[in-house]
Amino acid sequence: MKLINLFKIATAAIIRNKMRSFLTMLGIVIGVAAVIAMLAIGQGSNASIRSTISSMGTNLISVKPESQNRGGVHQGQSTSQKLKVSDVDYLKSKSLLINAISPEVDGSGQVIYGANNWPTQIYSGNEEYSFIKKYEVETGRIYTSAEIKKAAKVCLVGQTVIENVFAEGEDPIGKSIRFNNIPFKVIGTLKEKGNNTFGQDQDDMILAPYTTVMKRINRQTYLRAIVISAKSEDQIVATSAEITKLLRTAHKLKESADDDFEIRTQEELISNFGSISEMMLVLLGSIAGISLIVGGIGIMNIMYVSVTERTREIGLRMAIGGKGKDILRQFLLEATLLSVFGGIIGIVLGITASNIVEDALGWPVLITTNSILLSFLFCTFIGVFFGWYPARKAAKMEPIEALRHE
Amino acid sequence: MNNKTIIEIKNLHKNYQVGEETVKALRGVDLTISKGEFVAIMGTSGSGKSTLLNILGCLDLPSSGDYFLDGGNVKSLNRNQLATIRNQKLGFVFQSYNLLPRTSALENVELPLLYNPLVSNTERREKAEQALIAVGLKDRMKHLSNQMSGGQQQRVAIARSMVNDPVVIFADEATGNLDTRTSFEIMALFQQLNNNGMTVCFVTHEPDIAEFTKRNVVFRDGLIIKDERISNRQNAITALAQLKDETYAFGN
Repeated sequence: MKLINLFKIATAAIIRNKMRSFLTMLGIVIGVAAVIAMLAIGQGSNASIRSTISSMGTNLISVKPESQNRGGVHQGQSTSQKLKVSDVDYLKSKSLLINAISPEVDGSGQVIYGANNWPTQIYSGNEEYSFIKKYEVETGRIYTSAEIKKAAKVCLVGQTVIENVFAEGEDPIGKSIRFNNIPFKVIGTLKEKGNNTFGQDQDDMILAPYTTVMKRINRQTYLRAIVISAKSEDQIVATSAEITKLLRTAHKLKESADDDFEIRTQEELISNFGSISEMMLVLLGSIAGISLIVGGIGIMNIMYVSVTERTREIGLRMAIGGKGKDILRQFLLEATLLSVFGGIIGIVLGITASNIVEDALGWPVLITTNSILLSFLFCTFIGVFFGWYPARKAAKMEPIEALRHE
Repeated sequence: MNNKTIIEIKNLHKNYQVGEETVKALRGVDLTISKGEFVAIMGTSGSGKSTLLNILGCLDLPSSGDYFLDGGNVKSLNRNQLATIRNQKLGFVFQSYNLLPRTSALENVELPLLYNPLVSNTERREKAEQALIAVGLKDRMKHLSNQMSGGQQQRVAIARSMVNDPVVIFADEATGNLDTRTSFEIMALFQQLNNNGMTVCFVTHEPDIAEFTKRNVVFRDGLIIKDERISNRQNAITALAQLKDETYAFGN
């Protein structure tokens, strides 16, 4: 039998039983829509996590002191005094792979300007710090090497700080603010960065030279961290290895001794979060996949009923010359068409549902061609797979018995 | 009249296995049917007439014996080859019409040609229309099968059986579900087809229906007990006219 005729027969049979066809399809429709929507939500959150992490700088490598262990009590990283400015200088002079390097010191305290005050965080580094951490200057300028050298009391302020201590429309540049009672001259403002992955406001901060923070605020000689920018993302691993080697030399660690510092890269962060969100994705995807399989079983069930109900039709088709393979193809095509139609409706519904989720709940969604292709192929496969058995049953009937069937 | 032999069976046996018992449905049947014949196969239920029709219709194979259809021996054919024979050489009319539900008369008649890859779409449509015109359903081609009366449905089934220009049409109790008047109308149609040269093989247990044929073959216990030409064949159209008179007489 010609394929086009087969197609006509199968479509006619589906249309002849509109209600039943629709209900059969419903299982596949819901399954495919669920797969599309679940994958869209999962991949959307994955992508948004990745983009927030890389907004912190994908080439970023940070070196932190290993947490201290004194008499069995972990002291936390901030009390460690292992990282010094001399380490930064040493790495700078010896490393071949580092693109930019800066010490990082931070502190917290109260900003006061006029009658307003606001609790915030002060971050500090050298002149390359803003480049490494991707802070951008909105107005004014970044501090200079000379200002770092003399530990000048200058700073740049983040948008949240500006909102809270300055009057609306007031230009902060040139104003004098106090941080923990130390007066700072505002020389620039920072571009808005928004919240990071952990929900922390990245604009609630002040940026100052590290020398100033070390000498005048923290009165400490050690660093909270060293931040480094690798030349490219591919070189992160090589750069990390080189830093480990150099720092071990600088800290005169014996072969058997553990590192007294810890290297973290954005890649690690991404892969940590990635594995969590991938787990979510697999979970959501498999729940949706199960509903698709249940839909397939629905198709099989209906095809079985249909084959039994249409036994006489099958007998007639055989009597007038239909071969077993014609009957097989007819029912197989019918099942496949049901699931493909269902799949198409499901895809449309899934995309609509994803968009509604995005608009109504504000969740990030990402619909990929792959997820559409995957669910479409999967439901076609389900149609063929679950249609096969009933179709085979139909094809194997004996025409005389089928014709006699009541 | 052309006396070409269309069906020739020799010493045909058919055994069924029912549990441990072997049922001998046909016990050595010889029968020859030539082109242009109108044969009624008669007998009580269990006489073997349906079994014979299944074998003649290539729906079943004999246990032993030979069956030559249109010159070829059917005995050695497989399932698919039998299907092709049924599709291209035979026509079937059933007691319960067996039309596809909710499908137009035209599409029902087209059905056998759909299974013949040699027939094009336009040819298929033309042949189906001609067959429906021949059975007097020119105005009802687009009607759905479930919107038709029993007689009309059986006409569609007859059109379907002749659409592939078969060498013989097999009818199995084709009037069994119809009232007398409609039965006579259907028989008139068969007589008309037969007059135009179509060979018809008609299974029935009603003697008055068999009177419209040209030859009666009577079965009993798997054997032919009577095979005779009908000398005074009834004309179905005349019978129909008489039927109207009788109804009229009753009315008075």
